[in-house]
Amino acid sequence: MTADLSHGPVCPVPLSHRETIILGHGSGGKLTHDLIRLVFKRWLSNPFLNQGDDAARMDSTLLAGTPVISTDAHVVKPIFFPGGDIGRLAVCGTVNDVAMLGAVPKYLTASFILEEGLLIKELDQVVQSMAEAAKEADVLIVAGDTKVVERGKGDRVYISTTGFGIIPPGHGSISGANAQPGDLVILSGTLGDHGIAVLSARNELSFEVHLESDVAPLNKMIQQVLSAAPHTHVLRDPTRGGLATSLNEIAEQSKVDIHIQESTIAIKPAVRAACEMLGFDPVYLANEGKVIAIVPQIEATAALQAMHNHPYGLDAVIIGEVTVSDTIHPCVVQHTPYGSSRILTMLAGEILPRIC
Amino acid sequence: MKYTDEFRDAARVKQLADDLRGIIQHPWVIMEICGGQTHSFMHYGIDQLLPPEIELVHGPGCPVCVTPLEMIDKAIALASDSGFILTSYGDMLRVPGSNQDLFSVRASGGAVKVVYSPLDAVQLARDNPDKQVVFFAIGFETTTPANAMSIIQAESLGIKNFSLLVSQVRVPPAMEAILSSPANRVQGFLAAGHVCAVMGFWEYLPIAEKYQIPMAVTGFEPVDLLKGLNDLVTMLEQKKVGVINSYPRAVTLEGNMAAQASINRVFQPSDRAWRGIGTIPMSGFSLRPEYVHFDAEKRFDLGHIKTRESEVCIAGQVLQGVMKPPQCPGFGTLCTPENPLGAPMVSAEGACSAYYRYKKMTS
Amino acid sequence: MCLGVPCKILEIYKKDTLTMGKVDFGGVVREVCFETLPDALPGEYAIVHVGFAISKLSEADALDTLGLLKEMNDLADLEDQNQ
Repeated sequence: MTADLSHGPVCPVPLSHRETIILGHGSGGKLTHDLIRLVFKRWLSNPFLNQGDDAARMDSTLLAGTPVISTDAHVVKPIFFPGGDIGRLAVCGTVNDVAMLGAVPKYLTASFILEEGLLIKELDQVVQSMAEAAKEADVLIVAGDTKVVERGKGDRVYISTTGFGIIPPGHGSISGANAQPGDLVILSGTLGDHGIAVLSARNELSFEVHLESDVAPLNKMIQQVLSAAPHTHVLRDPTRGGLATSLNEIAEQSKVDIHIQESTIAIKPAVRAACEMLGFDPVYLANEGKVIAIVPQIEATAALQAMHNHPYGLDAVIIGEVTVSDTIHPCVVQHTPYGSSRILTMLAGEILPRIC
Repeated sequence: MKYTDEFRDAARVKQLADDLRGIIQHPWVIMEICGGQTHSFMHYGIDQLLPPEIELVHGPGCPVCVTPLEMIDKAIALASDSGFILTSYGDMLRVPGSNQDLFSVRASGGAVKVVYSPLDAVQLARDNPDKQVVFFAIGFETTTPANAMSIIQAESLGIKNFSLLVSQVRVPPAMEAILSSPANRVQGFLAAGHVCAVMGFWEYLPIAEKYQIPMAVTGFEPVDLLKGLNDLVTMLEQKKVGVINSYPRAVTLEGNMAAQASINRVFQPSDRAWRGIGTIPMSGFSLRPEYVHFDAEKRFDLGHIKTRESEVCIAGQVLQGVMKPPQCPGFGTLCTPENPLGAPMVSAEGACSAYYRYKKMTS
Repeated sequence: MCLGVPCKILEIYKKDTLTMGKVDFGGVVREVCFETLPDALPGEYAIVHVGFAISKLSEADALDTLGLLKEMNDLADLEDQNQ
């Protein structure tokens, strides 16, 4: 073949593919640049990102505090669900993880794995949600990457986010290993909203429920809690595995027992109904906008008040207390309204509907 | 929630527990036959509210736990075949077969789908005409009408790629097996409320008479459990024999005739093996000959799968309250919740599993 | 065995060849099969197991189990006496 290439390619220029993601969007070439311009920069524009370099330069004045870093991969099916989508989840999940050390989240990075065939308008909606959540949390998304995988090799879109934040002086000791006997356990609201909202949206068990995920950035509420209760010992967001799993992690890390009162735990009627129907225990359901705060008794009322003053903490309650563990294996004990109790173990595996 | 909240009311529960302490004068060994009731006892800690005279023995009424190893191995074989979709209730996925469970089959590419109802499995067969859809039909009499209806529905829609892997069990023969054992210690039964909602309790009257014991048909909420125990202990103390209905809002003597009719149309009683116990005559259901083409065991080549139950396991004696789990030579070593040999170690509420966790905590 | 959940019957209809219905489990609505409970009516309460209605719930018996039937009768007696 002796084609004359002096005037450029003889084949037609590829279609601009503005409707669906194709492998070419991950090639690094023109399609990638189009996607960055039309979707990512449209929503996430900021001086760091707009620089267009391979990495973002951090502000060195930040280094005055203790830097904190956290990373999280986000997969959810379906990617849009009542109360949120994978974009909002990807920002809030990492913002909250950074905030759980008492840090002020500053910057996020985000990498996307897109499945061929994803609609660009869906991606656009996801990125818009990320921008809104980032704005609400007061963080900037400063670096990102996109790869495209063949159809069937992914599930529409996966987003990994890494978060960077700073612990202000004086709040350096917040850790799951820091729960002390005598501390009180505060839960910032209702359990299981995210787990049931997503399960319902998945439609595999065909039930209808009016419920929204609680997915939310908690960093601002947490800053208010820390102002009110500066000696807070533990902050933890009970995401996958739910309250029971998080409390077990804390008990194990801190070598303490944790006692909670079942009757104090708030659960929305629709979540409770779904749990009854499917045989789930709400203490194992995922939450994406709740925090467990373990604080010295003397600061508990102030911490609780600080939560009540924030829209994401209106239903906050003191659910229990930390005690000395006299067994080799620290445990979490749930006390029933009947004066009896049971050991709450970690979630063993996947949550499945029961018939018995 | 109506019919739920009021039966969990703390004041009522405490009152009934006080009443029970007033009624009881002698030690009694009582079996709750149903795994759902065992779950409620543990979940609400109702066992802790009982007077020390009551010894509760947790019976064999957990359908996933008593499903024999061989049936699970057959389900795993079907699920591993790319021409099949195996559908199941969620509970069944965690129960280990000889070498693996259904989760690991799914992880290696097998099609395993959790359904809420067997009708969902029929729909799946309709949506996937190029696949054989097999529903793992486990359960006691409560579940049997639903499993029967899936066959009736598949037949009326002319769906050919649907079948059942049947492991259906029945309560009355299991009760008789327990009561007729020379080592039996059980003096009274809490009969399973939802089994009786379907079957009624007429089948239990001759058993109570034959073995001269009382039974109370009992529901699942804290108030129901204590109501059943109060009624049963009253009968025991007064040396009464027979069946009392302590769950009348859902159960009648004759039961649900429409549900029974659907069972009888599709199934007939047959011998069944119980995991860790062995074969109990006429203790289950099989498909009637006219529905044999819906029987996965007959339709597909599974005959080569023969799995023997462990010879170490003493589940049968544990489930009858004759022996305690730590008396088993395999307990905590050969047999753990991660690698169970018998039914009571499979379920979180099973006697062996509960003992194992308690031991781990206090050691 | 046998998780059975009380629900309120919202509507009953035919689908394919089956009698089906919508029920409310206190905030969650799902379709369940009523072939096994053919005389059920909207507004009544039933127990559902694996997507099938297996039993109607009797309010009078529920109140009796709760010890409330006696209280209500006593109340009615009291009202009768007052009249």
